[in-house]
Amino acid sequence: MSDARFHALFDPKGVIVAGVSNHPAKFGFVTLHNILASGYEGRVFAANREGGTVLGIEALTSISDVPAGAADLVFVCTPASANVELLKECASVGVKAAFLTSAGYGEAGDEGKRMEDELVALADELGILLCGPNGQGVVSTPSKLCAQIVAPYPPAGRIGIASQSGNFVSSFMNLSIQTGVGVSRAVSAGNAAATTVPDYLDFYADDPATAVSLAYVEGIRDGRAFFDRVRSIAERKPLVLLKGGASTYGQKAAASHTGALAADDTVFTGMCRQAGVTRAATVEEAYEAAATFATQPLPRGNRVVVMTTAGGWGVVTADAIAKTSLELVALPADLKAQIDTKLPPRWSRNNPVDLAAGETRDTIPELLDLITGHPDVDAVIYLGLGIQSNQARLMRQGRFYPDEGLERIVAYHERQDTRFAEAAAQASATYDKPVLTATELAVALPDNPGPVAVRATGKVCYASSNRAVAALDHLWRYARWRQRRGLS
Amino acid sequence: MPTLSEATSKRVLAEAGVPVLDERVVASASEAGDAADALGYPVVAKLCGDAISHKTERGLVRLRLATREQVEQAADELLAAARPEDGDVAVLVAPMVSGNRELIAGLHRDPQFGMTVMLGVGGVLAEAVKDVTFRLVPIERVDAEEMIEDLSMQALLGPFRGEAAVDRERLVAVLLGLSAAAQADPRIVSADVNPLIVAADGSVTAVDALVEVAS
Repeated sequence: MSDARFHALFDPKGVIVAGVSNHPAKFGFVTLHNILASGYEGRVFAANREGGTVLGIEALTSISDVPAGAADLVFVCTPASANVELLKECASVGVKAAFLTSAGYGEAGDEGKRMEDELVALADELGILLCGPNGQGVVSTPSKLCAQIVAPYPPAGRIGIASQSGNFVSSFMNLSIQTGVGVSRAVSAGNAAATTVPDYLDFYADDPATAVSLAYVEGIRDGRAFFDRVRSIAERKPLVLLKGGASTYGQKAAASHTGALAADDTVFTGMCRQAGVTRAATVEEAYEAAATFATQPLPRGNRVVVMTTAGGWGVVTADAIAKTSLELVALPADLKAQIDTKLPPRWSRNNPVDLAAGETRDTIPELLDLITGHPDVDAVIYLGLGIQSNQARLMRQGRFYPDEGLERIVAYHERQDTRFAEAAAQASATYDKPVLTATELAVALPDNPGPVAVRATGKVCYASSNRAVAALDHLWRYARWRQRRGLS
Repeated sequence: MPTLSEATSKRVLAEAGVPVLDERVVASASEAGDAADALGYPVVAKLCGDAISHKTERGLVRLRLATREQVEQAADELLAAARPEDGDVAVLVAPMVSGNRELIAGLHRDPQFGMTVMLGVGGVLAEAVKDVTFRLVPIERVDAEEMIEDLSMQALLGPFRGEAAVDRERLVAVLLGLSAAAQADPRIVSADVNPLIVAADGSVTAVDALVEVAS
């Protein structure tokens, strides 16, 4: 969407917070605090009826005191009854977008709905992009903007978030902090009176700061229009969708025999597959799929090699792959021969490539490069990172450290795990193929140098191989959807 | 909402490209015999009419008729079983298709997404198994192919208990035909192609079809 007003929302020159308060529990305080604390570099204006100083900013008692053109976004924390006048005043000083956190609109019955309709008509007349009402706010890391009534402010990255539920914006951003894979834009659509989730997604699809969109939706007003929008978005960029309230769908659809079978959300699932939308079942699956799209190249095929330092992990990962669109490719003979030169004969000689503890100092980086570079391999999952650093942790904490040679070996192990994580990222970059690293240490002991180094390369360290497989499956399904439709 | 007779339903779908069984609609026992001679034995005979929808429950389907004599007798009995409320009736004669694998396909108007094409695993356990997939009309060939991939029971679609793999091209034709039928006639509210029999050679045949149209 080329609508310039979305730039006012996400990259405003200046922001007015209307309804600021000196009470640290009020939205008007929290929002101003969050904007000022997150490092936003544009001009910030505060306005309320009483005046005074809030967080060191003198509150204006009239919006007309804002110099014309100095602010293009207004963040509204005033009661619904004040907002018609407020929008008119904002338009007169050049505001192009309004985010309304105010409640008491469509969610509050007939009178609220009437006021909401009135507001939509007014915003339309004034040429203002109306976001909300009853929303949590907007985040935009390229502008260091955190205009919302809640935490957190996420790390910068390339995931664009839009949600019908404000709390899911927070959930996704919390997961961005956990994984280290950051966010470009995030917005809570609130009542979506004028601007809907697909409207934001449409902007993200053409937004250079955004590589992938992530959305939470519940009710859909016009299914057919929704389908057309999301298909057009998926043609441009990956779109990951988490859908709530699936059970409200199919209940009506029980008329015919065919309809009886449709009485669940299979229609929605089919719609997503047709549109190229990546549908996730859980919050963490949704975030990790988006984070994987944002940080790994799309696979060109579905042939996966699992490389593991221990047998059991490989077996479970093979089981997980068997349930997906991915193929645990039979190891090509030439690759097998090359691996033979790097490992003692006890290695698995098959896929999963189980090193069976036969590796020496340089084996893992060498094998990651060899396997990823093979033309019959489309993606690699690497398991076993961080084991030695975990032992190093115990040694560092034990009473013998740093004597008995422990200082040296601890440093070696930690250096090695860092190297391995970097080698995985390097192989991915060299051959333009996904290379995913999984270990439960990513969540159990996130300061382990292995997961730390994975995050430093900008990638997700998956908490289990099953989660890595699920993410890679999403990537391949999307890549295949594009390939089959001749989309580059 | 009114349903079209089996013969009309099949004609509507066949015109849109759904491969349906070669069959004849006749008005008398001797015509039924002629039709069976032309189609080859064994055949199926059914009573059909716009107001008849529960043929099996009323005993209006006769299977595995192997001789002209059996066909003529069945046709006489079927015509005699017609009730006044059935309106105009005729006898439908079709080749007897048998197979161990059954699929279902259809059109269904979703309250949220509008007209959809459906494919599922059929048979008596269909509703319990719920191995079914949908796409929004219109679908492209690639969508039809992906619908077939969607079914969980892929084992049923491959070589199965000594029988050949399902003819996916024919299955694609069924789905594309349904989509085309829905586009061609906006009055169609639903269509039920049930069963789609997969024969031992893997061929797919729409044995029965019911189209519902807006009144």
